Amino acid sequence: MIHSLFLINHSGDIFLEKHWKSVISRSVCDYFFEAKEKAVDPENVPPVLQTPHHYLITVYRGKLFFLSVIQTEVPPLFVIEFLHRVADTFQDYFGECSEGVIKDNVVTVYELLEEMLDNGFPLATESNVLKEMIRPPTILRSVVNTLTGGSNVGDMLPTGQLSNIPWRRAGVKYTNNEAYFDVIEEIDAILDKSGTTVFAEIQGAIEACVRLSGMPDLTLSFMNPRLLDDVSFHPCVRFKRWESERVLSFIPPDGNFTLMTYHVSSQNLVAIPVYVKQNISFFETGSCGRLEITIGPKQTMGKTVEGLMVTIHMPKAVLSVNLTATQGNYTYDLATKVLVWDIGKLNPQKLPNLRGSLSMPSGVPKPEENPSLNIDLKIQQLAISGVKVSRLDMYGEKYKPFKGVKYVTKAGKFQVRT
Amino acid sequence: MQEWANQLCENRQFGSKMTDSKYFTTTKKGEIFELKAELNSDKKEKKKEAVKKVIASMTVGKDVSALFPDVVNCMQTDNLELKKLVYLYLMNYAKSQPDMAIMAVNTFVKDCEDPNPLIRALAVRTMGCIRVDKITEYLCEPLRKCLKDEDPYVRKTAAVCVAKLHDINAQLVEDQGFLDTLKDLISDSNPMVVANAVAALSEIAESHPNSNLLDLNPQTINKLLTALNECTEWGQIFILDCLANYTPRDDRESQSICERVTPRLSHANSAVVLSAVKVLMKFMEMLPKDLDYYGTLLKKLAPPLVTLLSAEPELQYVALRNINLIVQRRPEILKHEMKVFFVKYNDPIYVKLEKLDIMIRLASQANIAQVLAELKEYATEVDVDFVRKAVRAIGRCAIKVEQSAERCVSTLLDLIQTKVNYVVQEAIVVIKDIFRKYPNKYESVIATLCENLDSLDEPEARAAMIWIVGEYAERIDNADELLESFLEGFHDESTQVQLQLLTAIVKLFLKKPTETQELVQQVLSLATQDSDNPDLRDRGYIYWRLLSTDPVAAKEVVLAEKPLISEETDLIEPTLLEELICHIGTLASVYHKPPSAFVEGSRGVQHKRLPGSAGSGESVESPDAGSAAGVSDAPPAVIPSQGDLLGDLLNLDLTPPSATGPPPAATSGMQMGAMDLLGGGLDSLMGDESEPPPIPLRTDTPQSPQLPHQSPSPPDYSPTELGGDLGGSPAMGAGFGAPPAAMPASFNAPVSSGGLDDLFDLGGGVGMPMGAYSPPKAIWLPAMKAKGLEILGTFARRAGVIQMEMTLTNKAMSVMTDFAIQFNKNSFGLTPAGPLQVLTPLSPNQSIEVALPLNTVGPVMKMDPLNNLQVAVKNNIDVFYFSCQYPISMLFVEDGKMERQVFLATWKDIPNDNETQFQIKDCHLSSDAASNKLQGSSIFTIAKRTVDGQDMLYQSIKLTNGIWVLAELRVQAGNPNYTVSLKCRAPEVSQCVFQSYEAVLKN
Repeated sequence: MIHSLFLINHSGDIFLEKHWKSVISRSVCDYFFEAKEKAVDPENVPPVLQTPHHYLITVYRGKLFFLSVIQTEVPPLFVIEFLHRVADTFQDYFGECSEGVIKDNVVTVYELLEEMLDNGFPLATESNVLKEMIRPPTILRSVVNTLTGGSNVGDMLPTGQLSNIPWRRAGVKYTNNEAYFDVIEEIDAILDKSGTTVFAEIQGAIEACVRLSGMPDLTLSFMNPRLLDDVSFHPCVRFKRWESERVLSFIPPDGNFTLMTYHVSSQNLVAIPVYVKQNISFFETGSCGRLEITIGPKQTMGKTVEGLMVTIHMPKAVLSVNLTATQGNYTYDLATKVLVWDIGKLNPQKLPNLRGSLSMPSGVPKPEENPSLNIDLKIQQLAISGVKVSRLDMYGEKYKPFKGVKYVTKAGKFQVRT
Repeated sequence: MQEWANQLCENRQFGSKMTDSKYFTTTKKGEIFELKAELNSDKKEKKKEAVKKVIASMTVGKDVSALFPDVVNCMQTDNLELKKLVYLYLMNYAKSQPDMAIMAVNTFVKDCEDPNPLIRALAVRTMGCIRVDKITEYLCEPLRKCLKDEDPYVRKTAAVCVAKLHDINAQLVEDQGFLDTLKDLISDSNPMVVANAVAALSEIAESHPNSNLLDLNPQTINKLLTALNECTEWGQIFILDCLANYTPRDDRESQSICERVTPRLSHANSAVVLSAVKVLMKFMEMLPKDLDYYGTLLKKLAPPLVTLLSAEPELQYVALRNINLIVQRRPEILKHEMKVFFVKYNDPIYVKLEKLDIMIRLASQANIAQVLAELKEYATEVDVDFVRKAVRAIGRCAIKVEQSAERCVSTLLDLIQTKVNYVVQEAIVVIKDIFRKYPNKYESVIATLCENLDSLDEPEARAAMIWIVGEYAERIDNADELLESFLEGFHDESTQVQLQLLTAIVKLFLKKPTETQELVQQVLSLATQDSDNPDLRDRGYIYWRLLSTDPVAAKEVVLAEKPLISEETDLIEPTLLEELICHIGTLASVYHKPPSAFVEGSRGVQHKRLPGSAGSGESVESPDAGSAAGVSDAPPAVIPSQGDLLGDLLNLDLTPPSATGPPPAATSGMQMGAMDLLGGGLDSLMGDESEPPPIPLRTDTPQSPQLPHQSPSPPDYSPTELGGDLGGSPAMGAGFGAPPAAMPASFNAPVSSGGLDDLFDLGGGVGMPMGAYSPPKAIWLPAMKAKGLEILGTFARRAGVIQMEMTLTNKAMSVMTDFAIQFNKNSFGLTPAGPLQVLTPLSPNQSIEVALPLNTVGPVMKMDPLNNLQVAVKNNIDVFYFSCQYPISMLFVEDGKMERQVFLATWKDIPNDNETQFQIKDCHLSSDAASNKLQGSSIFTIAKRTVDGQDMLYQSIKLTNGIWVLAELRVQAGNPNYTVSLKCRAPEVSQCVFQSYEAVLKN
């Protein structure tokens, strides 16, 4: 099981360690530093490392490395999932997951880690349960605590941990009962030079925010459930009902949670909302190049494309750019060689265009690689796969809740090759 | 009012500064003293703040253990947070202050009785984390109570505590019966308790590989499956991993488990998904292929695997490593999902490389166009490593999918046109492989390749290019000029290039002898006179000799037709793959190595095998077959597994395998032996080969055997391939130097060392009736542990010669050559009488029978057990170690019959303390038959006496080292149990001798 955890910042300082069994010297991290050195980019450090006596499993989140040490055969996915859960919990508790925030709340962090793992076995990882035991810090609470001598630790037995619905705490009470569901779809796509789709798929998620009193039992049904053939559910969803009736039946956790994620695979036709015409070329001689990009709407289902943004990792040789944008602004970061063109709303009448020249130091050979374009966009009130919620019913409680469903489509890893 | 507002304001300021980061800044001197004062303060709030500061210092690795008594004093409090903080501190420092930690015990014991289950659980949990022996003793009683607590929260915490305690003191846990209590918890009514009990048992079982802790039967399986639906995600992982160890009785049970596990594929936690995939992949093996359900299941497996690839990159990496295995075992699952493995430019490099590998595994005629287009795209990426891999991948596609070869070649040519240096070099290396696979097909591209000669600066690419020029010298007009240009800087080239250049020029000479005389002389003199590299020198001499004595033979050797390279060279061996499939989701699956090979503390891990598949009609027999395979697969219990042996050999601190504690002298001897086997031993293994006759050269042709005698052979000679090994891709290496399939019949004159003659002589003796008992062959070295080399063996004594008879089987994908053997020092000085005679290279899936004559003049060292023999076998791949035990009857000499009087006198002379008595059960031979049988193994009956219907046989045995063993065998008519009393001056041998009695009489 998980033996120890080290938190390491970007520059390679270990700023927190926690051991669930015997103490392991932090020198074990030297193997990791070696790998980090070799990988150059922090993203490229291999997640599983073997050392003479231990295994190091690392995740990279928010510019921090969560490095766990294990000694026996443990499923690595279990460790990685758990580490991400730790990061999620920090995010949930402190609003962000960064070195500063962790140092600011080190005692809470320590208490959380102790509560989440016992002897390397996960103990309580549901945020509802954790929050019952260790209250998240707020300025107000710390004021109250200093006045009254109270503490952040609840002295209640976390009720949820024992029931068959560990994700929900008992005795929830709200004056306004409301349930909101956001259907969020991300398009992952690779388009080639000519604009043909090489690969496209949709990653969907239903994010819920449920604030209902008591023990509500909800049923969410879809207009076209047949679209959803590859799904992952929150543990609260009754799988049998889904198998037989294609409805989501569940007792929700309290607060925010991901009800389900789904995946509309590349075999189905995935609509591509925009097209990109681009031409990036470097001249053999003269140490310069040209760039021209135009974006236009393709399959938008009559909705407006917003938040349009293009990011390009330029070849190292590109010293500066001299471009004009018909819409939006562009920035070029000289250090990272990243060109960002923030366009905003896409106007189908007047297509945004960015053109101009790229300059390189003279005498440098023409760059060998072709930069890829990363596209960001957002379409409100549209689930591009066509998934639609038809109704939400509540059983088990008497009150009438306020219900709402929102749709949004975003670009996930949307890349255009040049 | 104003005052109140001010105060609030102050507090607010205080509050905003209240973050814990201030704990990090206290670095001034006297910090500890300050904290000490605060900890002993009367004010609760101040105390708590102080403990927080202590904890913060602890988390960043500062040593605050000096505050131990002061912190422990804060423990008795009603404030839960303070209590928890003190517990945190205790867990960290109790080990360094055991005497102080005792002070805390009372509070723990009291807390275990608290009415609040949270406190009870917290107390038992914390106590388990304090790794101090004195405290663990106090833990037993509270733990026993907590395991039976009415509250499931306490029970589930207690279950984990058993695992903690086991980690600290395993014996205590067993003595206290906690394991049984834990097993009972598997039937608990609460699913979380079940899950934790399973997790705890699995962890304990890992350090006790042979204990039957998780005894799975249909009832427990049913309970686990029920708990699976209701427990937490982590619990599901433990339960699924536990289920994967079960072998269902028949295909129906297998199907019903699969049905109940399938919903887990839709879980949001990827570890749950992968563990479920493992269970399904394993149990699917038992389902008949024509079952509808089988097809349904196959279809259900694809989507969750694809979904794993949209997770975080670290998860993707582990998923991809596992998918790599799944694709090799069942390519049909993902054959339509090629596109999800397409690489995104911002994937981390470790994900990119794995995706690339899987793309090639999935490449087929149907999707090759897409794959090639992608690979070409990747070849223009930024990351050099990735680009190289992509170019290599194009070559692999060409070799794998024949129809695509032409396209691949033209893609590679396009890439060469880019003139990007490393792309060109990589492309040339793979084109060479394509030439090997499809000879005489794409030679038209050679001209294009030659244009890039000057830009090649990597040895592998240069060697590949030279190979191409040499191989196709007759079609390249200026081949001699090209090769000559390389020759200019001959001494600056790497060995790989030098060897290749030598071979290429010889090839050229054989093809165009008239124009290239000068060139070949130049290279031969460079290689033999100016080089100090023995490989190069030897190859040079051999060519020289060949060319000068028999050019025809030289042509046959050097220009021999090469076998085609095989399609896939990087597939995992089937046996290993099967085992890895059983370990999906584990570290083993990430490293593609069997768990026994690398996980510390998992000695003697049982090898897992997939259950046998069932045809639709024979479902009842199949599980038996499966389990039988499992049994026979396990290494014989007496022989330490290779891991252990290696451990013993390498780790000098390790005690010898027996638990009886042998005298220290023996231990040190053992260590000496270990050193010897690894150090000097290896040298002499190599040295053996330098003795000329018995090592046949790999490329021998009928004309060539006289060569090795005349060619100078320096002491550090190591065999190389005459045909010119490029050493590039494994495929090349494997097929290139392959010799003629059969050895020529005339091959006998030069190989006249005693060993072989003996072998032939003995061949006649095998059928002789008087052969001593020889046990059946057992697996000494499983293929899994020896990179595909399997050794079955036994010992026999034939016509007075001790022989080690072995069957060597090559279960790997490549040819094995250069076998040699060596023994560690052993009790009777057994040592090979000659070298190991494996004359022909062993090709994949081929077996060979070898008999190795032994003598007993080697160095002696007492082994434990006495008849243990540690062996090192070397081949071209590696050196492997194993140990085996020989029946001591091999050492019974034929002149072991004592004179009667001498027998009597000796019997009396040997003190009675040296007499040992054994029972041989269930033997139905008459005394005469027994006597005859024993005589066959050189156990001689000297006299027979009959008293009260009981036959007493007096027998004598002489061992090779001159030790006499006297025996009295009592046989009572009608009683199948014999009694044998052994007397010997060296009573240690008695046990072994008795084993031989038993073996001889019962076979």
